Amino acid sequence: MAAIDHFLAMGGYARFVWPAFATAVIVMGGLLAESLSTYRKRQRDLRAAEKQRR
Amino acid sequence: MFRLANPNRFMNWSGKLLPWCAAATAILLGLGTWLALFVAPPDYQQGEAVRIMYVHVPAAWMASFVYAVMAISSAVALIWRHPLADIAARQSAPLGAGFTLVCLVSGSLWGKPMWGTFWVWDARLTSVLVLFFLYLGYIALINAFDEPTRGNRAGAILALVGAVNLPIIKFSVDWWNTLHQPASVFRLGGPTIAASMLWPLLIMALGFTLFFVTLLLLRMRSALMAAKLRALRIQQSQSLAA
Repeated sequence: MAAIDHFLAMGGYARFVWPAFATAVIVMGGLLAESLSTYRKRQRDLRAAEKQRR
Repeated sequence: MFRLANPNRFMNWSGKLLPWCAAATAILLGLGTWLALFVAPPDYQQGEAVRIMYVHVPAAWMASFVYAVMAISSAVALIWRHPLADIAARQSAPLGAGFTLVCLVSGSLWGKPMWGTFWVWDARLTSVLVLFFLYLGYIALINAFDEPTRGNRAGAILALVGAVNLPIIKFSVDWWNTLHQPASVFRLGGPTIAASMLWPLLIMALGFTLFFVTLLLLRMRSALMAAKLRALRIQQSQSLAA
Protein backbone atom coordinates (compact mmCIF):
# COMPACT_ATOMS: atom_id res chain seq x y z
CA MET A 1 0.00 0.00 0.00
CA ALA A 2 2.76 2.39 1.01
CA ALA A 3 4.53 1.75 -2.28
CA ILE A 4 1.38 2.59 -4.25
CA ASP A 5 0.82 5.76 -2.19
CA HIS A 6 4.42 6.74 -2.75
CA PHE A 7 4.04 6.21 -6.50
CA LEU A 8 0.76 8.13 -6.70
CA ALA A 9 2.21 11.04 -4.71
CA MET A 10 4.83 11.63 -7.45
CA GLY A 11 7.19 13.25 -4.96
CA GLY A 12 4.61 15.92 -4.14
CA TYR A 13 3.93 16.76 -7.79
CA ALA A 14 0.84 14.53 -8.11
CA ARG A 15 -1.50 17.43 -8.91
CA PHE A 16 0.63 18.37 -11.89
CA VAL A 17 1.83 15.00 -13.21
CA TRP A 18 -1.50 13.15 -13.21
CA PRO A 19 -3.60 15.87 -14.86
CA ALA A 20 -0.93 16.13 -17.59
CA PHE A 21 -1.15 12.40 -18.33
CA ALA A 22 -4.95 12.48 -18.00
CA THR A 23 -5.18 15.27 -20.60
CA ALA A 24 -3.23 13.15 -23.09
CA VAL A 25 -5.43 10.10 -22.40
CA ILE A 26 -8.67 12.09 -22.70
CA VAL A 27 -7.73 14.04 -25.85
CA MET A 28 -6.09 11.13 -27.71
CA GLY A 29 -8.75 8.68 -26.50
CA GLY A 30 -11.46 11.07 -27.68
CA LEU A 31 -9.87 11.39 -31.13
CA LEU A 32 -9.59 7.60 -31.36
CA ALA A 33 -13.20 7.05 -30.31
CA GLU A 34 -14.53 9.67 -32.72
CA SER A 35 -12.46 8.36 -35.65
CA LEU A 36 -13.44 4.74 -34.98
CA SER A 37 -17.16 5.41 -34.60
CA THR A 38 -17.24 7.43 -37.85
CA TYR A 39 -15.34 4.63 -39.60
CA ARG A 40 -17.74 1.93 -38.43
CA LYS A 41 -20.77 4.05 -39.35
CA ARG A 42 -19.44 4.64 -42.87
CA GLN A 43 -18.72 0.93 -43.29
CA ARG A 44 -22.31 0.09 -42.27
CA ASP A 45 -23.83 2.76 -44.51
CA LEU A 46 -21.74 1.71 -47.49
CA ARG A 47 -22.65 -1.95 -47.05
CA ALA A 48 -26.35 -1.03 -46.82
CA ALA A 49 -26.15 1.20 -49.91
CA GLU A 50 -24.41 -1.50 -51.96
CA LYS A 51 -26.96 -4.09 -50.92
CA GLN A 52 -29.77 -1.78 -51.98
CA ARG A 53 -28.23 -1.30 -55.40
CA ARG A 54 -28.23 -5.00 -56.17
CA MET B 1 3.95 7.66 -55.13
CA PHE B 2 1.03 8.77 -57.29
CA ARG B 3 0.17 5.17 -58.10
CA LEU B 4 -0.14 4.41 -54.40
CA ALA B 5 -2.24 7.54 -54.01
CA ASN B 6 -4.94 6.33 -56.40
CA PRO B 7 -8.04 6.16 -54.13
CA ASN B 8 -8.78 2.48 -54.89
CA ARG B 9 -5.19 1.44 -54.38
CA PHE B 10 -5.07 3.55 -51.22
CA MET B 11 -8.08 1.69 -49.79
CA ASN B 12 -6.33 -1.54 -50.63
CA TRP B 13 -2.92 -0.95 -49.04
CA SER B 14 -4.13 1.16 -46.13
CA GLY B 15 -6.58 -1.59 -45.17
CA LYS B 16 -3.73 -4.08 -44.96
CA LEU B 17 -1.41 -1.70 -43.13
CA LEU B 18 -3.94 -0.45 -40.57
CA PRO B 19 -3.97 -3.41 -38.13
CA TRP B 20 -0.16 -3.48 -38.03
CA CYS B 21 0.00 0.26 -37.37
CA ALA B 22 -2.63 -0.03 -34.63
CA ALA B 23 -0.79 -2.92 -32.94
CA ALA B 24 2.58 -1.12 -33.09
CA THR B 25 0.96 2.03 -31.67
CA ALA B 26 -0.55 0.12 -28.73
CA ILE B 27 2.75 -1.62 -27.95
CA LEU B 28 4.87 1.55 -28.19
CA LEU B 29 2.48 3.74 -26.19
CA GLY B 30 2.14 1.02 -23.53
CA LEU B 31 5.89 0.51 -23.31
CA GLY B 32 6.54 4.25 -23.39
CA THR B 33 4.08 4.96 -20.57
CA TRP B 34 5.56 2.19 -18.43
CA LEU B 35 9.10 3.48 -19.01
CA ALA B 36 8.01 7.08 -18.35
CA LEU B 37 6.22 6.34 -15.07
CA PHE B 38 8.24 3.46 -13.59
CA VAL B 39 11.65 3.14 -15.19
CA ALA B 40 12.91 6.64 -16.04
CA PRO B 41 14.70 8.29 -13.10
CA PRO B 42 13.44 11.44 -11.34
CA ASP B 43 15.35 14.58 -12.31
CA TYR B 44 17.94 15.85 -9.81
CA GLN B 45 16.38 19.33 -9.93
CA GLN B 46 12.76 18.70 -10.94
CA GLY B 47 12.13 15.46 -9.06
CA GLU B 48 9.13 13.45 -10.27
CA ALA B 49 7.64 16.47 -12.09
CA VAL B 50 10.01 15.70 -14.97
CA ARG B 51 7.68 12.83 -15.97
CA ILE B 52 5.39 15.44 -17.54
CA MET B 53 8.09 15.69 -20.22
CA TYR B 54 7.14 12.27 -21.64
CA VAL B 55 3.72 13.63 -22.56
CA HIS B 56 4.60 17.25 -23.26
CA VAL B 57 7.58 16.84 -25.59
CA PRO B 58 6.10 14.18 -27.93
CA ALA B 59 2.85 16.19 -28.10
CA ALA B 60 4.83 19.33 -28.97
CA TRP B 61 6.81 17.55 -31.69
CA MET B 62 3.60 16.14 -33.14
CA ALA B 63 1.91 19.55 -33.04
CA SER B 64 4.53 20.87 -35.48
CA PHE B 65 4.97 17.64 -37.45
CA VAL B 66 1.24 17.27 -38.16
CA TYR B 67 1.11 20.89 -39.31
CA ALA B 68 4.00 20.17 -41.70
CA VAL B 69 2.09 17.15 -43.05
CA MET B 70 -0.97 19.37 -43.48
CA ALA B 71 0.99 22.11 -45.27
CA ILE B 72 2.77 19.67 -47.61
CA SER B 73 -0.52 17.90 -48.43
CA SER B 74 -2.08 21.31 -49.10
CA ALA B 75 0.75 22.20 -51.48
CA VAL B 76 0.32 18.89 -53.35
CA ALA B 77 -3.44 19.49 -53.48
CA LEU B 78 -2.99 23.00 -54.91
CA ILE B 79 -0.32 22.06 -57.45
CA TRP B 80 -1.46 18.62 -58.68
CA ARG B 81 -5.12 18.81 -57.63
CA HIS B 82 -4.81 15.37 -56.15
CA PRO B 83 -8.04 14.45 -54.27
CA LEU B 84 -6.22 12.32 -51.67
CA ALA B 85 -3.97 15.24 -50.75
CA ASP B 86 -6.99 17.37 -49.86
CA ILE B 87 -8.38 14.53 -47.78
CA ALA B 88 -5.03 14.04 -45.99
CA ALA B 89 -4.83 17.76 -45.12
CA ARG B 90 -8.44 17.92 -43.91
CA GLN B 91 -8.17 14.80 -41.79
CA SER B 92 -4.83 15.84 -40.23
CA ALA B 93 -6.20 19.06 -38.79
CA PRO B 94 -8.26 17.72 -35.83
CA LEU B 95 -5.38 15.39 -34.89
CA GLY B 96 -2.88 18.26 -34.95
CA ALA B 97 -5.21 20.45 -32.91
CA GLY B 98 -5.50 17.63 -30.34
CA PHE B 99 -1.72 17.26 -30.00
CA THR B 100 -1.32 21.04 -29.67
CA LEU B 101 -3.94 21.11 -26.92
CA VAL B 102 -2.14 18.32 -25.03
CA CYS B 103 1.14 20.22 -25.48
CA LEU B 104 -0.32 23.48 -24.13
CA VAL B 105 -2.11 21.93 -21.15
CA SER B 106 0.76 19.65 -20.11
CA GLY B 107 3.23 22.51 -20.58
CA SER B 108 1.11 24.72 -18.37
CA LEU B 109 0.95 22.00 -15.70
CA TRP B 110 4.73 21.66 -15.90
CA GLY B 111 5.30 25.42 -15.83
CA LYS B 112 3.44 25.99 -12.57
CA PRO B 113 5.75 23.96 -10.29
CA MET B 114 8.95 24.77 -12.24
CA TRP B 115 8.52 28.42 -13.26
CA GLY B 116 5.89 29.43 -10.72
CA THR B 117 3.30 30.26 -13.39
CA PHE B 118 0.84 28.40 -15.63
CA TRP B 119 1.36 30.79 -18.51
CA VAL B 120 3.76 33.46 -19.72
CA TRP B 121 3.65 35.35 -23.03
CA ASP B 122 7.11 34.33 -24.14
CA ALA B 123 7.90 33.61 -27.81
CA ARG B 124 7.71 29.79 -27.60
CA LEU B 125 4.42 29.63 -25.72
CA THR B 126 2.82 32.36 -27.80
CA SER B 127 3.87 30.82 -31.14
CA VAL B 128 2.46 27.43 -30.09
CA LEU B 129 -0.80 29.12 -29.08
CA VAL B 130 -0.87 30.70 -32.55
CA LEU B 131 -0.39 27.19 -34.00
CA PHE B 132 -3.43 26.00 -32.06
CA PHE B 133 -5.52 28.85 -33.47
CA LEU B 134 -4.22 28.10 -36.98
CA TYR B 135 -5.57 24.56 -36.66
CA LEU B 136 -8.93 25.83 -35.38
CA GLY B 137 -9.08 28.52 -38.09
CA TYR B 138 -8.31 25.92 -40.78
CA ILE B 139 -11.06 23.60 -39.52
CA ALA B 140 -13.56 26.48 -39.41
CA LEU B 141 -12.55 27.69 -42.89
CA ILE B 142 -12.78 24.35 -44.74
CA ASN B 143 -16.28 23.84 -43.36
CA ALA B 144 -17.46 27.37 -44.13
CA PHE B 145 -18.16 26.81 -47.84
CA ASP B 146 -21.17 25.08 -49.40
CA GLU B 147 -18.95 23.74 -52.14
CA PRO B 148 -16.25 21.48 -50.61
CA THR B 149 -13.66 22.17 -53.34
CA ARG B 150 -13.71 25.89 -52.55
CA GLY B 151 -13.35 25.15 -48.84
CA ASN B 152 -10.39 22.88 -49.61
CA ARG B 153 -8.74 25.57 -51.75
CA ALA B 154 -9.14 28.26 -49.09
CA GLY B 155 -7.96 25.90 -46.36
CA ALA B 156 -4.89 24.87 -48.37
CA ILE B 157 -3.86 28.51 -48.80
CA LEU B 158 -4.31 29.19 -45.06
CA ALA B 159 -2.30 26.05 -44.20
CA LEU B 160 0.57 27.16 -46.48
CA VAL B 161 0.63 30.75 -45.21
CA GLY B 162 0.51 29.49 -41.62
CA ALA B 163 3.58 27.31 -42.24
CA VAL B 164 5.82 30.36 -41.57
CA ASN B 165 4.92 29.76 -37.93
CA LEU B 166 6.81 26.43 -37.89
CA PRO B 167 10.37 27.83 -38.04
CA ILE B 168 9.27 30.55 -35.61
CA ILE B 169 8.23 27.88 -33.10
CA LYS B 170 11.42 25.87 -33.60
CA PHE B 171 13.85 28.79 -33.33
CA SER B 172 11.86 30.98 -30.92
CA VAL B 173 13.96 29.68 -28.04
CA ASP B 174 17.17 30.79 -29.80
CA TRP B 175 15.98 34.08 -31.33
CA TRP B 176 14.35 35.52 -28.23
CA ASN B 177 14.92 35.38 -24.51
CA THR B 178 12.32 32.84 -23.50
CA LEU B 179 11.40 31.32 -20.17
CA HIS B 180 11.03 28.10 -22.13
CA GLN B 181 14.29 26.15 -22.28
CA PRO B 182 16.17 25.73 -25.58
CA ALA B 183 16.27 22.44 -27.54
CA SER B 184 17.88 19.52 -25.72
CA VAL B 185 17.31 16.67 -28.20
CA PHE B 186 17.38 17.93 -31.82
CA ARG B 187 20.34 20.28 -31.59
CA LEU B 188 23.75 20.66 -33.19
CA GLY B 189 26.29 18.78 -31.09
CA GLY B 190 23.85 16.04 -30.04
CA PRO B 191 21.32 15.71 -27.25
CA THR B 192 22.13 17.10 -23.80
CA ILE B 193 19.56 14.89 -22.09
CA ALA B 194 20.66 11.73 -20.20
CA ALA B 195 20.22 8.44 -22.07
CA SER B 196 18.02 7.05 -19.25
CA MET B 197 15.51 9.80 -20.08
CA LEU B 198 16.16 10.01 -23.82
CA TRP B 199 15.15 6.41 -24.58
CA PRO B 200 11.73 6.53 -22.90
CA LEU B 201 11.16 9.89 -24.59
CA LEU B 202 12.01 8.58 -28.07
CA ILE B 203 9.84 5.48 -27.62
CA MET B 204 6.95 7.66 -26.49
CA ALA B 205 7.53 10.00 -29.47
CA LEU B 206 7.50 7.06 -31.88
CA GLY B 207 4.26 5.87 -30.25
CA PHE B 208 2.69 9.32 -30.74
CA THR B 209 3.83 9.34 -34.38
CA LEU B 210 2.32 5.93 -35.09
CA PHE B 211 -0.85 6.96 -33.27
CA PHE B 212 -1.11 9.84 -35.74
CA VAL B 213 -0.40 7.61 -38.76
CA THR B 214 -3.00 5.05 -37.63
CA LEU B 215 -5.72 7.64 -37.04
CA LEU B 216 -4.89 9.52 -40.25
CA LEU B 217 -5.23 6.33 -42.33
CA LEU B 218 -8.48 5.49 -40.54
CA ARG B 219 -9.92 8.97 -41.08
CA MET B 220 -8.83 9.12 -44.73
CA ARG B 221 -10.55 5.78 -45.33
CA SER B 222 -13.70 7.16 -43.67
CA ALA B 223 -13.58 10.20 -45.95
CA LEU B 224 -13.16 8.03 -49.06
CA MET B 225 -16.07 5.84 -47.99
CA ALA B 226 -18.19 8.98 -47.54
CA ALA B 227 -17.29 10.07 -51.09
CA LYS B 228 -18.23 6.65 -52.47
CA LEU B 229 -21.49 6.79 -50.54
CA ARG B 230 -22.32 10.18 -52.05
CA ALA B 231 -21.58 8.86 -55.55
CA LEU B 232 -23.81 5.83 -54.97
CA ARG B 233 -26.67 8.00 -53.76
CA ILE B 234 -26.41 10.30 -56.76
CA GLN B 235 -26.43 7.26 -59.07
CA GLN B 236 -29.48 5.93 -57.26
CA SER B 237 -31.46 9.15 -57.47
CA GLN B 238 -30.61 9.44 -61.18
CA SER B 239 -31.76 5.91 -61.92
CA LEU B 240 -34.96 6.57 -59.98
CA ALA B 241 -35.57 9.74 -61.98
CA ALA B 242 -34.98 7.97 -65.30
